[in-house]
Amino acid sequence: MPRLSVWLIRASLVYLALGFTLGSLLLFHKGIPLHPYLWRLLPAHIEVVLFGWTVQLAMGMAFWILPRFPNPPVRGDEAPAWAAFALVNLGVWLLALALFNSASAWLAFSGRLAEAGGVLAFALHAWPRVKGV
Amino acid sequence: MPALTRWFLRMSLLSLVLAVLLALFSAAQSPLGLALPMSAFTPVYFHLFMVGWVTQLIFGVVFWMFPKYSKEQPRGSETLGWLTFGLLNAGLLLRLVGEPAQALDPAPVWGWTLAASAVLQWAAGMLFVINTWGRVKER
Repeated sequence: MPRLSVWLIRASLVYLALGFTLGSLLLFHKGIPLHPYLWRLLPAHIEVVLFGWTVQLAMGMAFWILPRFPNPPVRGDEAPAWAAFALVNLGVWLLALALFNSASAWLAFSGRLAEAGGVLAFALHAWPRVKGV
Repeated sequence: MPALTRWFLRMSLLSLVLAVLLALFSAAQSPLGLALPMSAFTPVYFHLFMVGWVTQLIFGVVFWMFPKYSKEQPRGSETLGWLTFGLLNAGLLLRLVGEPAQALDPAPVWGWTLAASAVLQWAAGMLFVINTWGRVKER
């Protein structure tokens, strides 16, 4: 498994643990009320699970198993994929903070911008690797 | 394909079928002139889809195809894998029953059912992370 996949997949596992923890707190609170403030965690739970866990895991797997090139660098230009890793993680954290604090419209916009940049960068990296063998 | 992966994939397919049937049943209310309180099932629908189908499919495939943990334990701990499977599906089942019941007819028993579901699913997620972490490595 290449180094970037290790980073992407380990980060996705951290988000899985965080997402399950937030979700379980919310579900527990739904059954046995703990504190009304907990409902503010719902948007952060969704963001962490969707982007942090599933999107990032898919990126890590794709970087690992998509067809390689016959000559080095066998996985093509890795720089956009590393940028995707940084931007997606920045975006998830900005959005989680913004969604937790509903007044932070600019923080939310910055988070979405980082996520969009990350997805675009990953698509640029992966596009030439999507080919017949 | 290892037995645990087969079980993960079977349960993920079953969750997908259940999720889609719930969505179909919800969409059928207006055209068929029904008035069942399907909004009580909305969170269950989302979680059957995202936890039961997507996450469980990932768990099964990861257990099967990730790099070997060691020569003696190529897939990490089989026990932790089966515990993950059991806890996740027990938690989902409790949610499937308890969440609509709590929405339609709140009672302490349903509240505790949801709390138990939360603890079981959380434990499943943590065990999966613990068992998988060591298999995410450079060759």
